[in-house]
Amino acid sequence: MKPKFAMYWAASCGGCEIAVLNIDEKVLDLDANFDVAFWPAAMDAKYKDVEAMEDQSILVTLFNGSIRTDENEHMARLLRRKSKLLVAFGSCANEGCIPGLANLSSRESIFERAYTSPSTENPQHLRPLVSCQVPEGTLTLPPLQPVIRTLDQVVEVDYHVPGCPPESHQIAAVLDVLIQVVKGEAELPPKGAVLGAGNSTVCDECARKRDVKLIDRLSRIQDLPQLNTTDCLLEQGLLCAGPATRSGCNSRCPNVGAPCIGCYGAAPGVLDQGARLMSAIASVVDENEPDAIDRVLDGLPDPAGSFYRFSLAHSLLRANREAFDDKP
Amino acid sequence: MSDQQKPERIGVYVCHCGTNIAGVVDVEAVAHFAAEDLKDRGVVLARDYTFMCSVAGQELIEQDIHEQQLTRVVVAACSPHLHEKTFRGVCERSGMNPYLSEMASIREHVAWVHTDKVAATAKAKAIVSGTVERVLKNDPLEAIRVPIDAQTLVVGGGIAGIQAALEVAEAGYEVILVEREASLGGHMAQFDKTFPTLDCAACILTPKMAAAGSHPKIHLFTWSEVEKVEGFVGNYTVTVKKKPRYVDEDVCTGCGICVEKCPILVVDDKFEAGIGYRKAIYWPFAQAVPNLPVLDTETCTYYIGGKGGCRACEKFCPTVPNSILFDQKEERVTLRVGNIVLATGWDLFDARRIPQYGYGRLANVFTSLELERMCNAAGPTGGKVVMRDGKSAPQRVAIVHCVGSRDRNYNRHCSAICCMQSLKTAHLVKERTGAEVYNFYIDIRTPGKEYDEFYQRVLDDGIHFVRGKVAEITDIPFDPAEASRNGAGTLYVQVEDTLAGMQRRIPVDMVVLSAGLEPRRDSAEVGKTFGIACSSNGWFIEKHAKMDPIATMTEGVFIAGCAAGPKDIPASVSQGSAAAARVLNYIRQGELALEPVRASVLAEQCSGCRLCNGLCPFNAISFDAARKVTEINAALCQGCGTCVAACPAGAIQGTGFSNEQLFAQIEGLLRDFSRAPEVV
Repeated sequence: MKPKFAMYWAASCGGCEIAVLNIDEKVLDLDANFDVAFWPAAMDAKYKDVEAMEDQSILVTLFNGSIRTDENEHMARLLRRKSKLLVAFGSCANEGCIPGLANLSSRESIFERAYTSPSTENPQHLRPLVSCQVPEGTLTLPPLQPVIRTLDQVVEVDYHVPGCPPESHQIAAVLDVLIQVVKGEAELPPKGAVLGAGNSTVCDECARKRDVKLIDRLSRIQDLPQLNTTDCLLEQGLLCAGPATRSGCNSRCPNVGAPCIGCYGAAPGVLDQGARLMSAIASVVDENEPDAIDRVLDGLPDPAGSFYRFSLAHSLLRANREAFDDKP
Repeated sequence: MSDQQKPERIGVYVCHCGTNIAGVVDVEAVAHFAAEDLKDRGVVLARDYTFMCSVAGQELIEQDIHEQQLTRVVVAACSPHLHEKTFRGVCERSGMNPYLSEMASIREHVAWVHTDKVAATAKAKAIVSGTVERVLKNDPLEAIRVPIDAQTLVVGGGIAGIQAALEVAEAGYEVILVEREASLGGHMAQFDKTFPTLDCAACILTPKMAAAGSHPKIHLFTWSEVEKVEGFVGNYTVTVKKKPRYVDEDVCTGCGICVEKCPILVVDDKFEAGIGYRKAIYWPFAQAVPNLPVLDTETCTYYIGGKGGCRACEKFCPTVPNSILFDQKEERVTLRVGNIVLATGWDLFDARRIPQYGYGRLANVFTSLELERMCNAAGPTGGKVVMRDGKSAPQRVAIVHCVGSRDRNYNRHCSAICCMQSLKTAHLVKERTGAEVYNFYIDIRTPGKEYDEFYQRVLDDGIHFVRGKVAEITDIPFDPAEASRNGAGTLYVQVEDTLAGMQRRIPVDMVVLSAGLEPRRDSAEVGKTFGIACSSNGWFIEKHAKMDPIATMTEGVFIAGCAAGPKDIPASVSQGSAAAARVLNYIRQGELALEPVRASVLAEQCSGCRLCNGLCPFNAISFDAARKVTEINAALCQGCGTCVAACPAGAIQGTGFSNEQLFAQIEGLLRDFSRAPEVV
């Protein structure tokens, strides 16, 4: 009998699922070596089917998405119980990703933003309810928790696959390892390992020419009249998170002229990617007078979103007071 | 790590520091806490003692290391700045790796900054707990040993630099003496008499200048500047820029015919402080060392009148080949030295910055340096004190103290020498002109040997002292009556006499402003070149203001004289000697053990982003373009941690300050967080 494989999405966009399907014919190897027991994006299944499985009966579960609702938490705990190996798959599960930036707001302001902002057509000011009576009975929605948590803040995690989404060639390589393990051809990597990524930072794979860095201005890419195609983007005044971001993506963004936004997370051994990047950028601002330093930093209209775009929920800060103190 | 192998045995020692710590912190409770509550962290014993740094205190630790088989030591006492070496030494003597000890600063960080004894004791406990966690993560380290090149660089040829150079050379070692100006001598060469003995400055300085100039071990580079410094203690490579003198140093005999024949006369605003003249080719002063003139291209006809003008100096030069080299270019010389003494001196406060004192606007307002030149027998007036017209002697002279010093608008520091200099000037003016002399002072500060005796002597001279800060010096009389009473050209000194409790307006003919001493205008750049820091007001920072005033935070770079702050001549000479003693100490050791607290790059994690490349204040970082990784020279690195904090990849580790150590320390600090919230 083939070992069981599962994949689940919690608070996520679905990009991780697509990235897995992007491995093309490799998905057939997955099917050949595993029995796909549970994968809501790819095939129909009910939670009660999973609940009925024996504990530890799934060999490996790829879990993407962060923990935003009670339902997410329930599924995280359930799949942890049912799986031998639980993999935090993609940026959301590992570090909160873009949804994690909601940790800078209370739930009330999140709803306010989503249902009554000027760009929303909602004349009746409708809001979703946790529970609602209809003639057919009671409809329920899972309640939002005060803050987004990452998978390892909720349950024990065996492996981490970073990226938003993980690169398909990296996913294929990770699945290859798992298949080899199943066939008895390879040993499992040590628990806690980061799979499908490099051990350095994006700059290691970046083809751009680098020099000593002295930054006297920061701009957004649309404000730059012209971008030099060969030199380091940071040196050209773009906030590139490459120096502080784990390698593994082949430096896809910088190589085509877009600054790295940091989706592969912190470099090995680094606890807080945003703090590292901030400290690094602050170190190379080439000004000494407070006003001049302010002028350089004014080029960064959204510091939290720039430095912590992916990693806020897993940083030392995790959330702000407003979100932490938000009582249901 | 070693945690798993054999349980660590930690000894904790809590110092009373007399009442320094014990007066605020319950030291017994801290020791008790360490012994009981930190038992599970490996603390096997904890003691408190009056003075841990005393011989008895040190022996206590030594004894415990032997008898209790301690493997790690925590001393909760003063700042590691003060006694880290002491306690590392204790561990080393007892056969322990010295880097397995740590200090918990419960004096500077607790006792001296708190008054609430309960909270202070709780905080001391937290700090001890953090230090215990940290010491558990310490690795045994070995000191880095580097050889010391015996050749020494002395920068600055004033009295402090000359003294340092002579002392090192006399001990038998080579010295490179670099001076920016054309001659040795510095400011002291400009002075007439020196306080309090009134002996002639030139008479005591020129023998030293000559000795330095002719010493076989001293290699003079005048009219030169140090451009670049690379390397580290014992192994510096310096690049000296020799500015062109337009005179062949090897051929010129210093006969002076060129100077005599030069038809161009210009105001000498450097040596003669603007009140005398020099030629376009000139010596700074008669006893210049080396005895070589220098040609000023900004005033020489050959250069300003288009090629080929004048050439009188060349025509009359008697040497073969001719010593005048109109096409001489600047040269760069690279030298290897082991130690560096910076004796770069001071700049005079520009009295024009205080407009109400009128310097530069009112003709008969002088600076103290102008007076020095005037009093000097070899100066432009031949030693006569005269007014700006060059003829008339003043009848009434005001001397204003603290000009640009002790003034929040300019410099807050006391320039240290101006009181005595003003008293000396008062005495000389009185002696030479018989004028009525008024001193306007805030306080009189005469703390040197025989200094106050000199003050008493000046008081006996019949010189007036008015205690008060001068508000204004003006040539405009109040009313026609005042004008007719005092005559044309009179200057009025407006001052509040704080002893008499009244405003005074004193008419004088001449005012002398005792301008203060300021850091060299380029001290920040010079500091950067040599890898040392300036304080916010611009003086070089010593390693320890009291206990190590000669050394700097950069090993092998020493400071002497006024470069570190205003000083009189005896102090500058002493510092020159002290710097030489420090250098000779290093040279005699042959090699030096350096602190192993260093940053290092984990090459496999370094992506070569080069973010850290421009940050090192000690020039220890370089980039290996072939391997695309950054490297740190361990001997150059001073362990400051700038690059460690900046590295976005976490690829730079600071030995002794690893993430592991710091996070463990934080965990330890917060150990009792829930039980003692008042700690925060």
